Amino acid sequence: MGEKSGADILVEALCDLGVEVVFGYPGGAVLPIYDAMFRSGRIKHILVRHEQAATHAAEGYARSTGRPGVVLVTSGPGATNAVTGITDALLDSIPMVVITGQVPTALIGTDAFQEADTVGITRHCSKHNYLVKDPALLGATIHEAFHIATSGRPGPVVVDIPKDVQVATARYSKPGPIQHKTYRPQLKAPQTQIEQVVDMLAAAERPILYTGGGIINSGPAASQLLRELARITGAPVTSTLMGLGCFPASSDQFLGMLGMHGTYEANMAMNQADLIVAIGSRFDDRVTGRLDAFSPNSRKVHIDIDRSSVNKNVRVDLAIIADAGHALEDMVRIWKSRQHPRPDTRAWWDRINGWRAKQSLSFPETGEAIMPQRAVRALWEATHHRDPIITTEVGQHQMWAAQHFGFEKPNKWLTSGGLGTMGYGLPAAIGAQLGNPRALVIDIAGEASIQMNIQELATASQYRLPVKIFILNNEYMGMVRQWQELTYESRYAESYSDSLPDFVRLGEAYGWKGIRIDARADLDDSIQAMLDHDGPVIVDCRVAKLANCFPMIPSGAAHTEMILQANEVSGTMDDEAKALV
Amino acid sequence: MRQAATRVEVPLHHSLRDRSPSPFPGGMTLHIKTEAAERHTLAVIVDNEPGILARIAGLFTARGYNIESLTVSEITADKSVSRITIVTSASPATMEQIIAQLDRLVPVHKVTDLTAQGAHVERELALIKVAGSGDHRIEALRLADVYRARVVDATTTSFVFEVTGSIEKIDKFVELMAEVGLIEVARTGIVAIARGREAA
Repeated sequence: MGEKSGADILVEALCDLGVEVVFGYPGGAVLPIYDAMFRSGRIKHILVRHEQAATHAAEGYARSTGRPGVVLVTSGPGATNAVTGITDALLDSIPMVVITGQVPTALIGTDAFQEADTVGITRHCSKHNYLVKDPALLGATIHEAFHIATSGRPGPVVVDIPKDVQVATARYSKPGPIQHKTYRPQLKAPQTQIEQVVDMLAAAERPILYTGGGIINSGPAASQLLRELARITGAPVTSTLMGLGCFPASSDQFLGMLGMHGTYEANMAMNQADLIVAIGSRFDDRVTGRLDAFSPNSRKVHIDIDRSSVNKNVRVDLAIIADAGHALEDMVRIWKSRQHPRPDTRAWWDRINGWRAKQSLSFPETGEAIMPQRAVRALWEATHHRDPIITTEVGQHQMWAAQHFGFEKPNKWLTSGGLGTMGYGLPAAIGAQLGNPRALVIDIAGEASIQMNIQELATASQYRLPVKIFILNNEYMGMVRQWQELTYESRYAESYSDSLPDFVRLGEAYGWKGIRIDARADLDDSIQAMLDHDGPVIVDCRVAKLANCFPMIPSGAAHTEMILQANEVSGTMDDEAKALV
Repeated sequence: MRQAATRVEVPLHHSLRDRSPSPFPGGMTLHIKTEAAERHTLAVIVDNEPGILARIAGLFTARGYNIESLTVSEITADKSVSRITIVTSASPATMEQIIAQLDRLVPVHKVTDLTAQGAHVERELALIKVAGSGDHRIEALRLADVYRARVVDATTTSFVFEVTGSIEKIDKFVELMAEVGLIEVARTGIVAIARGREAA
């Protein structure tokens, strides 16, 4: 077997790994790789308009298909532009491999043109990273990078390849299954621990399953097993933002999302539970509220694949280090083998239904303006039978989408949860559409966020991707404005979106169809017009400008201190509260 | 001020209640909390790959942990594995996090909390340069003898002492040398190993 250039080795390794799509942007330090891809013709390359968008598109592709997203960018600015998306993938545990070009090895450290210390910059925002200095190691490194990105708790892995390593030659052969020296994630928990949690569930009077993105990362089977566990235990289920879709929103057992903008019933049930079983969720600060008041009387079990997630924010009584799917499978099996009857949780459900009766997601609807919640519900009404993939940007519209768009299946909800990256939604929609060519993909956006990666309108046009953007346009960075209203006596510092473009004509300039919705009466027809168009559509939906996202647990407050509607709020915050995010 | 709060069934969080304006510009004093810390010595066995030290040191700064001492050296004949000894101070909960965070780094083989595990030996080596004449010179030699420090370099006006021991012993020796013409100090940081026959 002859020698190949590093660039050819990379392309062949990617093909061996089953990579079909690469999101990237060419530049000097990756020209050999682009040439190798051109000659090979075996990998579809999607040319984005900004490297950040390549990373979010790869995240959207990964989250919607379960396969790792692959990014290819050049050295220096190419790599630094990718850093936001790499960090985003780290916080949301998205499997992604980012290949960056680097200046030739002899120039590293000389402040060469387009040189940046990519491994230094990405060391703490990636799951792992490599600088490959020898083409003979390149093939094995790429295979190892995919292994690390996709196994255990998934995450982004960066492989930095100097240009001379792309040109120099070496032998390559496809490696067998990887047995890493040090990296061996634990997938299955000891049976005794599973028996313990099953016993605790069987004995609990007020249990709740607190589920998160780990279930989605584990694969669709884990979501099926969660349904089964919920059915046999009768326990209510709540979900984090990242977990939406792992349990059907239409189920009577689903309490909705919990946390800062979660439902009253989900948060009260967490607060009053006697047993919390956390599965693939991480007790994030958006979820727990004030820690010393978090679910004070419950025993807590935490099932997570990442040991460092356990006891980080909340002390738990039983830690189970395992993949969510494996743990769920074991729990269901042991529950059934012991022939536990379905526990009598009627009294618990009576209390939950009492909280439900508050209808915490209801919203005032007076006057002519389109309420943003109404727009999201109208979108759901018109599309839910098609199992759409929904992406979002970050802010009020994201929370309204999470609250009012019900998800029945995993991998349909793509949002930047941990990092909260504005500009995520459009490129993520592009990536999701590429991975799911027949799916209906909609980016529910805000007029401020959408402008952060608006250049990607061109990418969708180029590849004939029929993605839809549905902008809830209230002319404000709405979540910033809401916090200013609630905590800074409505001093709206820099939160007004001045000089907005005409989104309809902007879309048209990129070859998209543009639709504006001004009146509530037009909402359904305009959504239908969006769906009827066989191509990309940008909808500028003008919504009530000053609507707030409720319910809300203020920063540093307890679950029981939830604000349900605007008339419960007034005044200013003390410094201790202001210092919280 | 906007419309006054109407209570629902639960009291609102203190942060959103009406408050009289703070008498000081910028509001009330914000206290930044710190936790009671205890000192632990960790042995971290790692693959000896480029950037591993930056990865570990960076983890400590990124997550706000303290490093009091850090030493690193290859420990196998083929130079493929290194042992990093870290002395850190943290609350028990944070210490558990530090260990878990170190353990999930890809090139880390094993993390052992020597302090939690029980009896272990800790040693540090220091080179200490002292200059002077007359009584100071004699006193420096006399103290060095007490502390079992060796003279590894001497001129007619200076000595370099080599001393090993616990942090406290070396601290004390350096403190004494300050009175007899201390010029400079070089210290290795702590290395540590568990007592008994078992490996960490």
